[in-house]
Amino acid sequence: MPFAIHYLLGIGDMANSSNLLPSGLPRIESLEMRGIVKRFPGVLASDHVNFDVKAGEIHALLGENGAGKSTLMKILYGLYQPDEGEVFLNGERIVIHSPTDSIKYGIGMIHQHFMLVDNMTVAENVALGLPSSREPRLDLDVVSARIRKLAEKYGLQVNPNSVISKLAVGERQRVEIVKALYRGAALLVLDEPTAVLTPQEVDDLFVIFRQMAADGHALIFISHKLGEILALTDRVTVLRDGRAMGTRPTAGATKQDLASMMVGRDVLLERHRPPAERGPVRLKLDNVNAINEDGVPILKHVSFDVHSGEIVGVAGVSGNGQRPLARGIAGLHEVTNGRIYLENDDITDLSPAQMFKIGLSYIPEERMHDGVVKDFSVAENLILQDYVRRPFSNGIFLAFKYIAEHAKKLITAFRVKTPSRDTPAKNLSGGNIQKLILARELARQPRILIAAQPTRGVDIGATEYIHNQLLKQRAEGLATLLISEDLDEVKALSDRIVVLFGGEVMGIVNSDEVTIEELGLMMAGEKRAELA
Amino acid sequence: MNEDLTTAAILLGIIHSGIRLATPYLYAAIGETFSQRSGVLNLGVDGIMLMGAFFGFYTVFQTHNPWLGLLAAGLVGAVMALILCVVSITYQAEQGISGIGLYMFGLGMSSLLFKTMLGTVEGVKGFSELRFCFGDSFCLADVPVLGDIFFSHSLVTYGAFALVPLAWWILNRTTWGLKIRAVGQNPEAADSLGVSVNRVRYASVTVGGVLAGLAGASLSISLLNIYQENMTNGMGFIAVALVYFGSWKPGGVLLGALLFSTVNALQLWVQVLNLNIPSDVAVMLPYLLTILALALPFRRALQPAALTKPFARGEN
Ligand SMILES: Nc1ncnc2c1ncn2[C@@H]1O[C@H](COP(=O)(O)OP(=O)(O)OP(=O)(O)O)[C@@H](O)[C@H]1O
Ligand SMILES: [Mg+2]
Repeated sequence: MPFAIHYLLGIGDMANSSNLLPSGLPRIESLEMRGIVKRFPGVLASDHVNFDVKAGEIHALLGENGAGKSTLMKILYGLYQPDEGEVFLNGERIVIHSPTDSIKYGIGMIHQHFMLVDNMTVAENVALGLPSSREPRLDLDVVSARIRKLAEKYGLQVNPNSVISKLAVGERQRVEIVKALYRGAALLVLDEPTAVLTPQEVDDLFVIFRQMAADGHALIFISHKLGEILALTDRVTVLRDGRAMGTRPTAGATKQDLASMMVGRDVLLERHRPPAERGPVRLKLDNVNAINEDGVPILKHVSFDVHSGEIVGVAGVSGNGQRPLARGIAGLHEVTNGRIYLENDDITDLSPAQMFKIGLSYIPEERMHDGVVKDFSVAENLILQDYVRRPFSNGIFLAFKYIAEHAKKLITAFRVKTPSRDTPAKNLSGGNIQKLILARELARQPRILIAAQPTRGVDIGATEYIHNQLLKQRAEGLATLLISEDLDEVKALSDRIVVLFGGEVMGIVNSDEVTIEELGLMMAGEKRAELA
Repeated sequence: MNEDLTTAAILLGIIHSGIRLATPYLYAAIGETFSQRSGVLNLGVDGIMLMGAFFGFYTVFQTHNPWLGLLAAGLVGAVMALILCVVSITYQAEQGISGIGLYMFGLGMSSLLFKTMLGTVEGVKGFSELRFCFGDSFCLADVPVLGDIFFSHSLVTYGAFALVPLAWWILNRTTWGLKIRAVGQNPEAADSLGVSVNRVRYASVTVGGVLAGLAGASLSISLLNIYQENMTNGMGFIAVALVYFGSWKPGGVLLGALLFSTVNALQLWVQVLNLNIPSDVAVMLPYLLTILALALPFRRALQPAALTKPFARGEN
C-alpha cells in the first residue's frame, strides 16, 4: 500500500522492473474467469460465463439491470462463491474465499452500493483495514494529508474530516473512488462508479483510469451510459440474463450496436418532449433558506415555482444544495426562513407524513438507505406509505389479495426483474431496486413529484421507460422537480432548469435555449442568468 | 456543630462507597462496551461475573495470592465469552436468548461449584486498600476528605477507573478500535476492505468476557473478600444497561456507573441510618433511575447500527 500511494502522488518511481506497476505492486498480466455459474433462489445469475481482462486494458461489462454484472464481479472479489467455474491469475488457478484473498492478489473494487461507515469520517473510512504507520495507533493525520494530495491531484473534491452521513451521494461516490485509489490495486473493478457524478467529474475520472491502464493496470468498468463505455473502454463484454453474449472491441461500435446487443431489440435513445401544456403554479418556493448541522447556510434565498404539467430540472454539482432542497420540500430538512406553497396552501412546516397525504411523492437520491426496507418483500415495499389506506387495508387488516395484484401490476409495468413478489428487496439487483421505488412513487399518482436521480443505475431500456412515464405524467398535469447530475437527462426532460451553486440559484433557464456549456459555467458559479 | 460533622461524615461515606461500588460496574460495563461496539449484545455478563467471582475467590482461597485470583477470573471470563462467541457469532443464534442462556449457565455452574468445592461462606485476604504512605508517619489516606475519597481504595478499584481512558483510547485512537467501530456499524463495508468481521467480534467479546470475569473477582477478592451464591445480584444486567445509558462511550459509562453506585451507596446509608423511608423504596431507587435514563429517546440514535445482527456475506 505505501508504494501505491507514492505512485499516485507522483513521489516515487519504482517502475523499473517490467512486471511491477509504478506503484510497486506486481502486475496482473491476465485474469480469466472460466465457466462461472452462480445460482440464487429462482435465478441463474451467472450461466457458464467466460470473462477475461488483461494488463493495460479497460474492459467494459454491459448488460441490463439484473443481467448478472455485479454478481460476476462479487465472485471475482470474493464476496460470493461460485457454484461452478474457475478463476486464473496469470495462468494459474486461484481460489478467492473472501475480500482478504482478492486484496492479497491485488484486486480492488468500487462497489455499486456504497461501502462506507456512515458515522465515521472520510479519513477513517479510508484508513479502515490498512496498517498504520504508527501501529497500534491510528495515523489519521497522515491519511488525511495523503487524501488531500490525491484529491487535489485528480480534481476530486473531498474533505477528509467530513462525516459520511452528512455527504450527498455524489460526494460519497468521490470518497469511494479516493478510497480505491488510495489503496491501489493491480486490477480495479468499477461497478457503476459514474452513476451519480457530473460530466466534468466523469471526464476527470476517465483521465485517471486511462493513466492507470497505460501504466499496466487492468480495469473492469460497468456503466449503463453507453457514451462512457465508448469513450473509455477497449473491449466490451455483454451479459444478458446471466449469459455472456459475446466480447468485442469497443472501437468501431456505436451506441445503437451496444444497445441492441444488450437488450435484444432496438432501443430509442432520443427523447421526444412535446411542448409543455402548463397549468397553474403547483409548487412555489418563496425565498427559502436552510442551514446544516453546523449552522452553515446551505440554501440561500431560493425562489422558483413549478407549474402543473411542467418538469423543472435542477442542475448543479453534487453537494451544492440539491439534497437540502429536495429534503426541505419533502419536510425532511428544516427550512429556517421562507415559505413553500402547494397551490395556495402553505406547506412549509408539514411533517413528511402530512406531505405524503397531500400528494407529494419523493424519490430520494440515496435509495438503498432511504427508499426501501431491505428485508421487506417486493410487494411490501410497493405499499410502504400506503399500507394503512384503502384499498390496501380496511384500517385493521391488510388486503393481501389486492396487495399482491398491485405488486404484480407494477412489477410487469416497470419490468422489475425479481424471482417473485415475495423476494426481499435486498436480493434484487441495484437497478431493479431503483425501478421498484419509482414504480411505487409514480403509482401513487402524486400532485407533486420530487425525483432525485431517478435513473441512476438504471439500464437504458428501463431509463427509456421511466423517462416516458415522467413525460406521460407531465402530460397528465403532474408538477415534477427533477434533480439529476446527468445534464443530458435534465436537458432532455425539463422544460425549465434551475441551476444551483453554493445553495444559491444561479439562474432559471429555458431548457431549449441553453447549451450544456452554459449550464456548466453556471454550475461552476462563474455565470448567472436572467430568470426565465 | 455536632450535627454538621455527622452530615459531612455521612456525605463522605456515601462518596467513598460510591467510588468503591463503581468498581464492578466499570469493569463489566466497559467490557460490554467493547462487545456492543463490535455489534454483539452479551446479556450473559452477570453469569460471567459469577464465574469470575467464584474462580477468583477459590484461587485466592487455595493459593493466598490475589494476583493469581485475578488471572483465574480473567481466564474463566474469556472461556465463558468464547462459548457465547461460538453460539452467537459462528452459529448466529439470537443474541438476546444466547446471552440469557450463558447467564443461566454461569449462575447454575457457580452455585454448583460453590456447593461442591467450598460448601460454606468463607473469607479470604484479597486485595487490601492502599494508604499511600511515605515514611512511617505520613499517609495520603489520612488527609481529611481527599484521603477518604481518593487515596483509600484497592488497586482493583484504581484499575477500574484507569480502564475508562484506556478503553476510550483503544476505541478512538487505534487501528483495532477503528475496526471494532466499523464492524459494529457497517460490517459489509468492513468486510469489503478485508477486515475479518467475525474475528474482530470474537476478540471484542472476549475482551468483554475477561473484564466481566474481573468484575466478578473485584467483588469476591477486593471489595467483599467473601464468596456467596449469586453474589452479583443482577449487577451484570445493570452493567449492560449502563452501556446504553452511557451511549456506548467509555466516558458515558463512567458517568452512569458513578451515578448508579452513588445512588446505591445513598440507599445503603438510608437503610443504615434508619431514615423514615421504606427500605424497599430505597433499594428500588437506583433501578428506577436506570429505567428513566434508558427511556431518553435520543440515545437510540447512537446505538451501533449492527448491534445484535449476525454477519453473513450477502449471499443468502
Ligand atoms: N444475494 C442475492 N440473493 C438472491 N438473488 C440475488 C442476489 N444477488 C443478486 N441476485 C439476483 O441475481 C441477478 C443478477 O443480479 P446482479 O446484481 O448481478 O445484476 P446487475 O447486472 O449488477 O444489475 P444492475 O445493473 O441492476 O446492477 C438478479 O436477478 C438478482 O435479483
Ligand atoms: Mg449491479
